[in-house]
Amino acid sequence: MNNIVTINILRFTILILVQVLILNNINFLGYINPYVYVLFILLYPIKNNRLVFIFLSFLLGLFVDFFLDSGGVNAAACVTVAYMRPLILKFSFGMTYEHQTVKFNNAEFVQRLTYFTILIFIHHAILFSLEIFNISYFLLILKKSIFSTVFTAILCLLMTVIFSHKRT
Amino acid sequence: MQQIVNFLIRNKNFLLFLTLFCLSLFFTIQSHSYHKSKFINSANVISGGTYNVMNNINQYFNLKDENRILLNENNRLKSLLFNQQTQTTIPVEIDSLLEKRYVVTAAKVLKNSYSFTNNYITINKGERDGIIEDLGVVSSLGVIGIIDKTSTKYSRVLSILNSNSRVNAQLKNTNHFGTLKWNGQSPKNAQLTDIQGLANISIGDTIVTSGNSIIFPKGILIGAITSFKLIETEDVYNINVELFNDMTNMGHVHVINNKDSNEILSLNELNE
Repeated sequence: MNNIVTINILRFTILILVQVLILNNINFLGYINPYVYVLFILLYPIKNNRLVFIFLSFLLGLFVDFFLDSGGVNAAACVTVAYMRPLILKFSFGMTYEHQTVKFNNAEFVQRLTYFTILIFIHHAILFSLEIFNISYFLLILKKSIFSTVFTAILCLLMTVIFSHKRT
Repeated sequence: MQQIVNFLIRNKNFLLFLTLFCLSLFFTIQSHSYHKSKFINSANVISGGTYNVMNNINQYFNLKDENRILLNENNRLKSLLFNQQTQTTIPVEIDSLLEKRYVVTAAKVLKNSYSFTNNYITINKGERDGIIEDLGVVSSLGVIGIIDKTSTKYSRVLSILNSNSRVNAQLKNTNHFGTLKWNGQSPKNAQLTDIQGLANISIGDTIVTSGNSIIFPKGILIGAITSFKLIETEDVYNINVELFNDMTNMGHVHVINNKDSNEILSLNELNE
């Protein structure tokens, strides 16, 4: 139990620092940035206290907002995906989720990919529509969210593969 | 009563979500209006301090570029000095403190962004260095923005690459003035609006700050005209300006404090 708490605290701080100090300076093709800090929400233990989880996600987004001067954009996106996560989990993992036995490390690749992509896309769509905050730029919002989703999803998958510790 | 409590307990997740979502929406909406984002800004001890630590490491990587920029600026200032037409000796000022109208503070850019629609810059000078809100920020190549939020050690600059930014600008050769805005698209270009239709403009003309506002002194470089369009119904030009500053790459900046600003402001208040 303690182990899980420490891992999540570490993940929380390291992801925020990596996000604001490195990833936000990438600006691939001028506007595409990966938002890998969502990984905290993606990998949070499935058996959890939902109140704590939603509140932690809010804090995560708020901290990123502090660094990026973006108002409450990241916080709003994080809270929404944290609230919607059980739905997405149910959709992408189906029966295994019902039995509460999903382990991200040994889940099937396709299932993990759908889970990551859906959650990240929702996060990015909210993020960019709130950031631009103008319905007349709908196409720009869509373009930004789709390209950033691809970028973030690839990076998230790579990071989970690299940092997964297989118990032998 | 029992039922209300039961309802609250049953929907506690949703209610928490709704509260936090509304809170972040509130922050977001605040951040879209000038001078309103009170809580969420990077000019605080945690984020300012982190950026400062990172900047102390990063600055060594672009020393070469910084030197080149410094040399170019020195070169430009020297050539201005040598080509002055009236070679008068500078009069000795009795009290140099009282005579200065503008006080300039050098600062270092800790964090800069240009890919959002509202971009901010964080610099490493704050209230204890005499920085207050609404001071102008320039680099050697031109205008950068306006101080928007200050803390003890750091301040946040509203970059000209921000949809809330408004800078008073004019044509260098004819004194027709307008407002410089940004449409959120390219970090290389800004838009100059409200230039009178009478003005005689052509591509390549230089845009500088006008002395009309108290924030910037007159004649600080901004950019050059790349294209323009006359709006017939209003008889004003819409001008696309290519910025001289590379807003994506900034090292050192200067903050300009106009000592007369309070006096001018109080005069303006009398008019209203």
